[in-house]
Amino acid sequence: MTRSMRPKRGLKLPDSELAVHNLRHHFADLEQQSATAKFGMWIFLVTEIMFFGGLFASYLIYRLSYYNAWVAGSQTMEIKYGTANTAVLICSSLTMVMAVHWSKLGSRKLTALFLILTLVLGIVFLGVKAVEYHEHWVHHEVPGPNFHFEHTGNYDPRHVSIFFSLYFAMTGMHALHMVIGAGLLTWLLIANGLGRFSPEYNSPVELVGLYWHFVDIIWIYLFPLLYLISHHHPGG
Amino acid sequence: METATHPVEPKANYLNVDYTVKSWLLTTDHKRIALLFLGSITLFFFIGGFFAMLIRLNLLTPAGDLVLADTYNKLFTMHGIVMIFLFLIPSVPAVFGNFVLPMMIGAKDLAFPRLNLASWYIFMLGASFVLYAILTGGMDTGWTFYTPYATTYSNTNVITAALGVFIIGFSSIFTGLNFIVTVHRMRAPGMTWGRLPLFIWAHYATSVIMVLGTPVLAITLVLVALERAFHIGIFDARLGGDPLLFQHLFWFYSHPAVYIMILPSMGVISEVVACFARKRPFGYEFIAMSSVAIAVLGFLVWAHHMFVAGISIYAALIFSLLSFFVAIPSAVKVFNWTATLYKGSITLDTPMLYVFAFIGLFTIGGLTGLFLAAVGLDLHVHDTYFVVAHFHYIMVGGAVTGFLCALHFWWPKMTGKMYPESFARLSAVLVFLGFNLTFFPQFLLGYLGMPRRYHAYPPEFQVLNVLSTAGASILAVGFLLPMIYFVWSLQYGKDAGPNPFRAAGLEWMTPSPPPTFNFDETPVVTWEAYNYDEIDAPKKGVEVAG
Repeated sequence: MTRSMRPKRGLKLPDSELAVHNLRHHFADLEQQSATAKFGMWIFLVTEIMFFGGLFASYLIYRLSYYNAWVAGSQTMEIKYGTANTAVLICSSLTMVMAVHWSKLGSRKLTALFLILTLVLGIVFLGVKAVEYHEHWVHHEVPGPNFHFEHTGNYDPRHVSIFFSLYFAMTGMHALHMVIGAGLLTWLLIANGLGRFSPEYNSPVELVGLYWHFVDIIWIYLFPLLYLISHHHPGG
Repeated sequence: METATHPVEPKANYLNVDYTVKSWLLTTDHKRIALLFLGSITLFFFIGGFFAMLIRLNLLTPAGDLVLADTYNKLFTMHGIVMIFLFLIPSVPAVFGNFVLPMMIGAKDLAFPRLNLASWYIFMLGASFVLYAILTGGMDTGWTFYTPYATTYSNTNVITAALGVFIIGFSSIFTGLNFIVTVHRMRAPGMTWGRLPLFIWAHYATSVIMVLGTPVLAITLVLVALERAFHIGIFDARLGGDPLLFQHLFWFYSHPAVYIMILPSMGVISEVVACFARKRPFGYEFIAMSSVAIAVLGFLVWAHHMFVAGISIYAALIFSLLSFFVAIPSAVKVFNWTATLYKGSITLDTPMLYVFAFIGLFTIGGLTGLFLAAVGLDLHVHDTYFVVAHFHYIMVGGAVTGFLCALHFWWPKMTGKMYPESFARLSAVLVFLGFNLTFFPQFLLGYLGMPRRYHAYPPEFQVLNVLSTAGASILAVGFLLPMIYFVWSLQYGKDAGPNPFRAAGLEWMTPSPPPTFNFDETPVVTWEAYNYDEIDAPKKGVEVAG
């Protein structure tokens, strides 16, 4: 029922008709539909906060328990990668906002341009992260049988392994969210190319935008907690 | 019989609109999705029940002659995982929440119908992981997946089962999300928050727990799987990890999950008690707010599962105090239901029998919960059958009774057919008697010191164990009977009509079974909830049951 109410792919329709076609049967109007979708996305982001919250709580507890090991682990992080990635993600949030902006004004070309820019920046982030993971592997910093840590201070190197476990769990979960975000951006690009969005109907762009900013914000917390917080500490 | 030779074309409804398998598997109609859930969880209930019967049969003799100790460990684990994650968590919300929640607020569907269907598919995917783990050897960690046993020592299918539970969690999250957004955004004109049925309030509170709690379980199970697969050390004491951290994270979800299981049933009871006492529930606002209070307090009591695990005594005392606080909103509900009965015109139809069962059993379960919340007493009865009896009084005596109550109350709405009343009353009585005979002896066993999760026991406990097993057999008959007469009623049941119980609520103002979009036109609500005095008023005032 609802599927047949949608326009066929690639079919060109005037904006007003397109808007009617995008109204699903159980809503009174597009305004209610779009407000409902946005509200749903915010609730979903709350669940994401709880999801990462478990990891942040574990981080905090072990940091308090094994402070010196945590400092040692944190000092092995390459700040240059973290900083570069932070800059990349902040720029990608800007381009995402621009994409939402232009989709609201109805410019398919500029929407596409900024979606592509966002996608490229996302891929750059993942590329830098891959290089960084590779270096951790080469330096025997991946927990497991390969793990080896030259310890110089008053701590147990096995506790540094827990630091790296959480580091990989947190940044890995974040990277997984980035990959999903890249998939969503690709989907938006296709839908935008097919002319699915209009000034009246563009909630998918806006919702993916919310998701993308959320993933950015997670990184904004991960960066100081993992890279910066103990960098100038004399260490254990 | 002229009507037989000239059959009248039945009115289009959500069931007869399309009969193809595809129309069911691709439906976005909340009512059809509710039936998909009903079929699936009924199957899982009987699988979980089968494991329970094997446990009870094994405990007939002190030596535990039926199965080996290892098998016994697997049986109680599989019973727990199947019953909790595959039956109780989705039970009332995914079936009756799905079916009646949109209708109660005058909506055509939930806010996100495709997400709702996805929620069923995710549930089935997770369930098939769990079933696969069961069929390929089972798991023996207990439903709690405690570390380090689950991460290091167990030789069973822990990862597959944990992955299944992880996936099912997302089904629960999406259902909760859908309910919250629906209640906020999809209410019919005039359906203010103060006019929402109490069933809606209960489901709103449940949804908040689902949305806030389940993600924490998800990440915890990810860490368990990582620990087991790669030995990353987070929960492994040999590497400096902390097994207690697992317990904290696990119970942060799994204690509130108890309220995910019981709150929806409480919502059912509030509806049914009003209908069969022909009265507005006493203290509507208090019952509504007590649901919210239970949801909030439920997040602050998790460590009462860990009094003997080695947490600080001060933390234990605070969690003990907070656990006592949960008794307040729970008691508000029980007292208000009871006060609703006062001077009510009570009829003892089957749903009402389940209400009485619920109130009594939940009260016993709740009061024994206070025993367990007291640190000193908990040290004595921790990990004994006292705990087993306590949570079965809540989970079976409360949640399952509420589920059966809802099934009888809304079955005529869902199918348009009445079930046979006498058989239904018989099964309600069997459930009540069988339940008490099964689980009351377990309070005594636990208090006398019989530990849970052991496949054998000293001979002096045999009499009570035999009583318990006998009760379980009666309970099983009580659960099987409805299976038979509900299916029977589909063919032979009397037509129910739109409102067989003369109940208040928008869901009763549309035909049974309802049309695909629930209402022919969006209702406009101009009356308060539970206007039983108007419904029962002899032909004057507002026409409400049209």
